[in-house]
Amino acid sequence: MATQSAPPPSRTPVNYSTRVDKVGWRPQAGSIVRTIVAVIIAFIMLLPVIWMGMTAFKSLPDAVSVPPKVFFTPTLEGFVNLFTQRRQLSDAEMEAYRARDDLNWAQDIVLERQQTIIGRSQFAQQLTNSVIIAGSSTILSVVFGVLAAYAFSRFNIPGKDDLLFFILSQRMLPAVVVTVPIFLMYKQIGLYDTHLGMILLYTSFNLSFSVWLLKGFIDEIPKEYEEAALVDGYTRLQAFRKIVLPQAVTGIAATTVFSAIFSWNEYAFALMLTQERARTAPPSIPLILGTGGIEWSTIAAGSMAFLIPVVIVTFALRKHLLRGVTFGAIRKG
Amino acid sequence: MATIHLNQVEKKFGDQFAVKPLDMTIHDGEFIVLLGPSGCGKTTTLRMISGLEAVTSGQILFGERDVTWLHPSERDIAFVFQFFALYSHLTARENIAFPLQAQGESRDMVKKRVNEVAKMLNIEHVLNSRPGSLSGGDQQRVALARALVRRPAAFLMDEPLGALDAEFRDTMRAEIKRLHIDQHATTVYVTHDQIEAMAMGDRIVVMSNAVVQQAATPTDVYHNPANIFVARFIGSPGMNLIPARYQGGVLYFDGGSVYTVPDDWKSTLAADLGSDGRVIVGFRPEAAQVSSEGQLVAKTYANDLHGGYTMLHLELDKDQIVHIRTNRETSYNIGDLVHFDVNPTMVRFFHPETEMALTKRDNRS
Repeated sequence: MATQSAPPPSRTPVNYSTRVDKVGWRPQAGSIVRTIVAVIIAFIMLLPVIWMGMTAFKSLPDAVSVPPKVFFTPTLEGFVNLFTQRRQLSDAEMEAYRARDDLNWAQDIVLERQQTIIGRSQFAQQLTNSVIIAGSSTILSVVFGVLAAYAFSRFNIPGKDDLLFFILSQRMLPAVVVTVPIFLMYKQIGLYDTHLGMILLYTSFNLSFSVWLLKGFIDEIPKEYEEAALVDGYTRLQAFRKIVLPQAVTGIAATTVFSAIFSWNEYAFALMLTQERARTAPPSIPLILGTGGIEWSTIAAGSMAFLIPVVIVTFALRKHLLRGVTFGAIRKG
Repeated sequence: MATIHLNQVEKKFGDQFAVKPLDMTIHDGEFIVLLGPSGCGKTTTLRMISGLEAVTSGQILFGERDVTWLHPSERDIAFVFQFFALYSHLTARENIAFPLQAQGESRDMVKKRVNEVAKMLNIEHVLNSRPGSLSGGDQQRVALARALVRRPAAFLMDEPLGALDAEFRDTMRAEIKRLHIDQHATTVYVTHDQIEAMAMGDRIVVMSNAVVQQAATPTDVYHNPANIFVARFIGSPGMNLIPARYQGGVLYFDGGSVYTVPDDWKSTLAADLGSDGRVIVGFRPEAAQVSSEGQLVAKTYANDLHGGYTMLHLELDKDQIVHIRTNRETSYNIGDLVHFDVNPTMVRFFHPETEMALTKRDNRS
């Protein structure tokens, strides 16, 4: 308990200047150098992503040109190809299509390649599947994770250590080892290629992780907080809702992001256990191969579309994630 | 406000007693201090009164009401924690209002009561700050305000000053005492700091090894300790405790000193001691006076100036050091022989086997 005692702030007045603009040039030069180094490292790390983003907006010839083009005319061709099915037109048809003026912008783009749109591709559906499956399993694993972690952290559960180890052991087998048995079981009980099956699978995989992660965060919240609330006239459930949850927001945010990223990116199970109805985006992207040559801009567009939801989730929770980094430094008071 | 009765209350963790069966009555408006070394069961006792810890057996009554198995929220008590337990995501005002909201008080009422209590504790200027930005003293004032705002039947405080600096501690000690005088609320206060206990308690309950050693007023605990543990634990340094042999009205100490027992003690010693006459003699450092006619003789071991007085450490025999308080002007060289006497009204006797204090028998018998 001694670690919780926080020294009261010193009353000694600070009588030297801490103003940044009065600091000599040396420390300032140091911070400029640090910034430059950080920018360079960030650029190196982000280069593949930037390149992918550029490729997504390139036309098919620009995407494969040698030497690679850094400056190009942006086009939505990759995205149009991603979300549509197209048919090659004969020269005669081409003439007819040229003459028509009722074509929309997407059809105009594919006409450049002597093609016409004949329907939607499945990618939009697969992206939706990914959102449903990753979203549901993330919510489930965080909700159950918080409840289980709270119980493990606060109550005397018989066989607690064994249970915790059992939960962790769920994570020990690599996916490849268990896919075949799960495939057979899912076939039997009708969970193969269903949203429910994938949600259950990802939830159980994420739970082991979220229980352990959240238990650490909840352990950090002093028991006295809830006890104070209990004495003040709240029930345990109310105390949990009003005290524990707000204090655990950081941990919940971190767990949400980790779970979301896992379910969103998961490839092996999705490849083996889904086919059409519940197929998610990750196993679909490598299958976007065009007719006659790999359509790099379409693949890049698919990867972009796949990347955006994770970026949104992480960005939305960034405030709490940053607080998580400084968690130990916050005074408990 | 309420009287709190504990009837044969006990707590076991596994096979281990945290609190052995305990009877205690805390009177209405009384300030009771549970004092003892860490692990003695004082905090467990407090937590059982609060309901945060379930009793293993026994009964707890608030007045006539049996609260043994009631949830803490149903007992109408306030608890002040050592580490304040303020909610860091709420402002000081919201923290203080928290228990009132649990009762479903109207917004105006909450505001009025929070302002009243904030004024009483002089924390009006910090009401809109978060606990993290407050000094330790102000954090504990907010925690006290949260306890006070509800006007509970009893206040339970678990080392509320333990996490504070010495500087704040003295101020807060006086503030809590004043609050108790003004409010006259039944208070149970846990501490391991005997100075706090002596200064604040109407009664002190000294605990050790899961057992109550003595429950009495601070004066009694200090001057008439019930046993050797209390004699040693209270006071800094504790009571001098020296083994001696009693024979015919005289005590013989190892090392050759003798001491004539005060007349009113003679019959007690004669009756209560074993045939070998072994006894433990106790006296406080301030009960001894250095004088050239003193019966006791000892060699100076060390002496140190404590500002207002000198603490003289004398070696009565090998490894038998007694501490006595003398005026600050006198100083002694190490090895000097010192004669001293013990004030006959302030000498106490303990049985060497039971370690219990002997009680003076009526002389008329």
